[in-house]
Amino acid sequence: MEIENYIASGILELYVAGALSPEENLEVQHYALKHPEVEKEIEAIEGAMLQLTAAASAGIPPSGFDGIRDELDDVIVFKPSASEKRTNWATYLGWAASLILAVGLLWVYRENDSLKTEIEVSQQEKENLEQQIIEARSEVADTENILNQLRDQNVTVVALGGQTVSPTSYAKVYWNTEVNKVLIDAQGLPEPPPGYTYQVWSLKLNPLTPTSVGLLDDFVNNEKRVFELPNENESEAFGITLEPEGGSESPTLEQLYTLGVVGP
Amino acid sequence: MQLDTLILQFQKKDKSAFEKLYGMYAENICGVINTIVKDPERAQEICQDVFVKIWDKSDTYDTSKGRFFTWILNIARNAAIDELRSKAHKNKKKNLHMDSFVGILAYGDDLNSQMDTIGLKTLLNGLKEKCLLLIDLLYYKGFTQKEAAEELDTPIGTIKTRIRACISNIRKNMAPSDGN
Repeated sequence: MEIENYIASGILELYVAGALSPEENLEVQHYALKHPEVEKEIEAIEGAMLQLTAAASAGIPPSGFDGIRDELDDVIVFKPSASEKRTNWATYLGWAASLILAVGLLWVYRENDSLKTEIEVSQQEKENLEQQIIEARSEVADTENILNQLRDQNVTVVALGGQTVSPTSYAKVYWNTEVNKVLIDAQGLPEPPPGYTYQVWSLKLNPLTPTSVGLLDDFVNNEKRVFELPNENESEAFGITLEPEGGSESPTLEQLYTLGVVGP
Repeated sequence: MQLDTLILQFQKKDKSAFEKLYGMYAENICGVINTIVKDPERAQEICQDVFVKIWDKSDTYDTSKGRFFTWILNIARNAAIDELRSKAHKNKKKNLHMDSFVGILAYGDDLNSQMDTIGLKTLLNGLKEKCLLLIDLLYYKGFTQKEAAEELDTPIGTIKTRIRACISNIRKNMAPSDGN
């Protein structure tokens, strides 16, 4: 009775139409295996559909099965080996492509890296050049400044000649009496030994009275060897001695390098 | 059973078994395709392609997918519906429901002289239009029970009982010698 109801429900018609879910399909198959009358009913429904679809058909293609036989041959003969080969080939090709890509990426990365380095180097060079220009300009300005000071009409030039300890030494004092400044041109002095420095003295001659004008500090790094010092003394002569670093209270006359008298 | 054996051999790529299956189902399958695409020449091409596809996919069939006929019917109507879509007939889909299968009944004589119109009319004798629509949706369009219920705005249970009644009606119209 239960089976008759199952058959009458219409589920078998849906089964033949393919309108059921996979789970429902399995359920129908389960019944069909267990109950021959279900199986028979399914075949009858399919039979009716075969008749209907045949009656509504315009027949088979004129070429019939022969029309597709060759295509089936292709499938049988070539498909497995061809597909296998294709898979392997594609796999190798895939790996090869990956490798090439990886190598390519590495190369591009390196190339990029070296370009970056080159840019950095160029950037550094550019900065260096800019720095040099700035330095050159500042040097020109310094030089012009010095030149202007030397040309000032209030400047008295005093030539200092070499003395016993260093006969070849010489120096010049440009004394601007208007602003009470001296520029010492010490180009003719040797570099002082470590721990020593040159000291400039203003001298009164009668009686001989030395007064310290200042130190030629940082002598080695002053490329122009031009030093600016204040001088408010009524100088009659200028002398330069070598003194221990920091200078001395009074000049060490044994180390008098240059000496010159202010002209009338 | 003989059909089961035939299918097993077909799945082992036995061409002569497949030729027998072709002989058993080609008329039905080609008919279903033509009913959907309504272009006899194109339908024949698609039909041959479908059988090649069935051959190619033979290893994917198992009984959990239902009857062998149901399986190949599904492949056929999918191919036919793809054809319709590729022809941009999508927008006319609703109309197509109405006139594909039902239309063949009404205009069968004009559409194709080879069609067994008398046989068809005999089979469908006494069937109401809603039966024809339901057969069209479920068997020719591959609608699920739920989709058919939505399409026809009918309770889902009614679909089952109605298709049972419709197919039973056809079975009664079948000549006694054709019955199983």
